[in-house]
Amino acid sequence: MSISFVTETPKKELPSIHEANKQSNQVVFDTKQLNLWYGDTHALKEVDLLIYEKEITAIIGPSGCGKSTYLKTLNRMVELVPTVKISGNITYKNKDILDRSFKVEELRTLVGMVFQKPNPFPKSIYDNVAYGAKIHGIRNKKILDEIVERSLKGAALWDEVKDRLKENAYGLSGGQQQRLCIARTLAIEPDVILMDEPTSALDPISTSKIEELIQTLKKDYSIIIVTHNMQQAARISDRTAFFLNGEVVEYDKTEKLFSNPNDKRTEDYITGRFG
Amino acid sequence: MASNSHNEDVRVRDLITEKRAKKSISQIFEKIIPIILFSFALITILTTIGIIYTLLVETIEFFKRVPIWDFFTGTVLRPLSQDPQFGVLPLINGTIISSVIAMLVAGPIGIMAAIYLSEYASDKIRRVLKPMLEVLAGIPTIVYGFFAFTFVTPLIRSIWPDVEATNILSPGIVMGIMIIPMIASLSEDAMSSVPNSIRDGAYALGATRLETTFKVVIPAALSGIIASFILGISRAIGETMIVTIASGSSKNFTFDITESMQTMTAYIVEVAGGDAGAGTTIYYSLYAVAMTLFVFTLLMNLLARYVSRKFREEY
Ligand SMILES: Nc1ncnc2c1ncn2[C@@H]1O[C@H](COP(=O)(O)OP(=O)(O)O)[C@@H](O)[C@H]1O
Ligand SMILES: [Mg+2]
Repeated sequence: MSISFVTETPKKELPSIHEANKQSNQVVFDTKQLNLWYGDTHALKEVDLLIYEKEITAIIGPSGCGKSTYLKTLNRMVELVPTVKISGNITYKNKDILDRSFKVEELRTLVGMVFQKPNPFPKSIYDNVAYGAKIHGIRNKKILDEIVERSLKGAALWDEVKDRLKENAYGLSGGQQQRLCIARTLAIEPDVILMDEPTSALDPISTSKIEELIQTLKKDYSIIIVTHNMQQAARISDRTAFFLNGEVVEYDKTEKLFSNPNDKRTEDYITGRFG
Repeated sequence: MASNSHNEDVRVRDLITEKRAKKSISQIFEKIIPIILFSFALITILTTIGIIYTLLVETIEFFKRVPIWDFFTGTVLRPLSQDPQFGVLPLINGTIISSVIAMLVAGPIGIMAAIYLSEYASDKIRRVLKPMLEVLAGIPTIVYGFFAFTFVTPLIRSIWPDVEATNILSPGIVMGIMIIPMIASLSEDAMSSVPNSIRDGAYALGATRLETTFKVVIPAALSGIIASFILGISRAIGETMIVTIASGSSKNFTFDITESMQTMTAYIVEVAGGDAGAGTTIYYSLYAVAMTLFVFTLLMNLLARYVSRKFREEY
């Protein structure tokens, strides 16, 4: 995908450093000693994690271990829960995102999110994709048309919906709805896309379409995907973090983590001994 | 399955067989109850038909005396005069004007209250405020009428001396106040039934709370919001006590809100409360006006149903 229209995003302006780090990409998110509480529930404990640019990072672990919580901390959606308390540090490209002065609206245009259950707006397919651009002030019809087409193509949905852009998004199948939600996120041209079990509500065919899509998106985006499907993590990700009870037990290259884990608990989990 | 030979299983099966044997009485109930329930449903239907029938018969009698055309196009209503005239337009005008004033008050305030309750208020505040709204909705309308006459009218007149002692403005405003809880409560229901996942979708694109509310939640809840408005209007059209008390009984055909006007409902109260003997034209006029009112509110209710179906959002 070529990126040209939405201008607010500070674009990757570090080609030289980028080239210098051929073997290891730039860090996008640097999490240090992150702790998070929902009231008295200590949901994240001393999380330290480096997320790299233009990679697919998978987060696995049994349910309730804090995967979604961690993901939602990265775009500060977690703050919508009134009882949340956070301590520690997260930087996005060296900027402290937990700092008050970092506007969440700006953060969320840089860090898009796709949810577990497809959640299109009850509007037309076109309006769903154009929505983000519109709220950020883009009104020009021609530009909007182009954003919609490009984003739907980017989400591998264009051919299926190009003749019915004015129809309600809820007429689409679950898999198409999820790709529409991805298109909606692509439309504002974020740097990072967070995905919270994006295929768990879908059938196997839709799932493999989305997995394929995620791999093509990796060229242009850094992707962090929560999944409780370990095969999925193994298939598509570059790095995997294993969460357990709010802690990061192990974080490594996916190949290494699945073939030769360091921690006994990781091994137990990936071999299906618990979870 | 077949090898399942727990004692409990056997016992449960026996119990069931035993109970089944005793079933004959309850089987009779099973048959009779729907019939009883149906006859109660029938009562409501028959009552409605009965009411419409009476209205219709007396209305037809009225139109034998006053031509239907004169009734619906007449701008003069003078039932007690030597030379009586029965134009219904002053009443329709009074009804519409008071309802419009009421909606100008209730619409914006109601919707803003709904937005606050659904999108901004914390659970705690909502739990306190919503029941208070519902209490407001339970105040008898005669109290509102009194409030209009003894408090709101003098207040308006102290600011705007042209306003007459009985006028349509004050009861219009007070009717609006009366309707606020209904619009707020129904719109709030419509807005809170929009799933949070859809709000999250907007927040995740960098929308602010305000943008999410106005560009996602309200459009998604539109059918419910419009329906609450229409129900509010029909409540205003049907409201009787407040206008009877605070707007006097002048049958002016005017658009001047500082003047006294009469609504259809207030006319019915006046005539029914006076001693119009059965069989007089005045007496029959009551039914013609009631019929007109009935058609008005019926149309409003049909419109509300149509709108809430037509704009039904799926999610
Ligand atoms: N909104 C919330 N309020 C209170 N506790 C929550 C909330 N969301 C999640 N939790 C708790 O935080 C922990 C982690 O949840 P979550 O991040 O959703 O786990 P996962 O995505 O790995 O299944 C769980 O114990 C869960 O009960
Ligand atoms: Mg989760």
